[in-house]
Amino acid sequence: MIEYAIYYAYVAISLGLLLNLWRLFKGPSSTDRVLAVDTMVINIIALIIVYGIQTGSTMYFEAALLLAMFGFISTVAYCKFILRGDVIE
Amino acid sequence: MEFINELLVAALIVVGASFALVGSWGLVKLPDLMSRLHAPTKATTLGVGGALIASMVYFLALNGTLSIHELLISLFLFLTAPLTAHFMSKAWLHSQQPKDLPHPEKRDWSTFDTGSERH
Repeated sequence: MIEYAIYYAYVAISLGLLLNLWRLFKGPSSTDRVLAVDTMVINIIALIIVYGIQTGSTMYFEAALLLAMFGFISTVAYCKFILRGDVIE
Repeated sequence: MEFINELLVAALIVVGASFALVGSWGLVKLPDLMSRLHAPTKATTLGVGGALIASMVYFLALNGTLSIHELLISLFLFLTAPLTAHFMSKAWLHSQQPKDLPHPEKRDWSTFDTGSERH
């Protein structure tokens, strides 16, 4: 049963990633694109966790944690760049 | 007991994945950025949270030990999600300068009211 749930999760999260990509290409303002990238990072974290359940290995949590930190820092850097025109002043 | 564990893990994975999909769909469907900021919070809290609790239950049943790594990820996401949302809305307000904001009486909105320096 877990197997089918995992396949469903792969399909649903991949569809979500495609929708995020659509927003990334279409987004009217650059802030929309930043939001799309942020949501993509969230979905990829969920994908990594589901893959960790499928392989039965706890090694993937470190990858998910690193990606969470990286996503947060990149979003803040993008927003700072939009806001100020510079990342480090 | 085995069956209950499996059912719980499968249900949590399905719920998490569905919320991730709903969040991304809302990101496409909602009309402007301020409403779009609302949708991915579902993917952050319920989507990732469901997958994380599922993996906690799964590895508890597999190894017999409770792992805390997952809680660390969800704690980090819960702490940083409001920060990024606030930062994005602020960046949007400053880059768009929307006209339909209600005007306060004496001074401008505090995010715009930073003296002569314009963002």
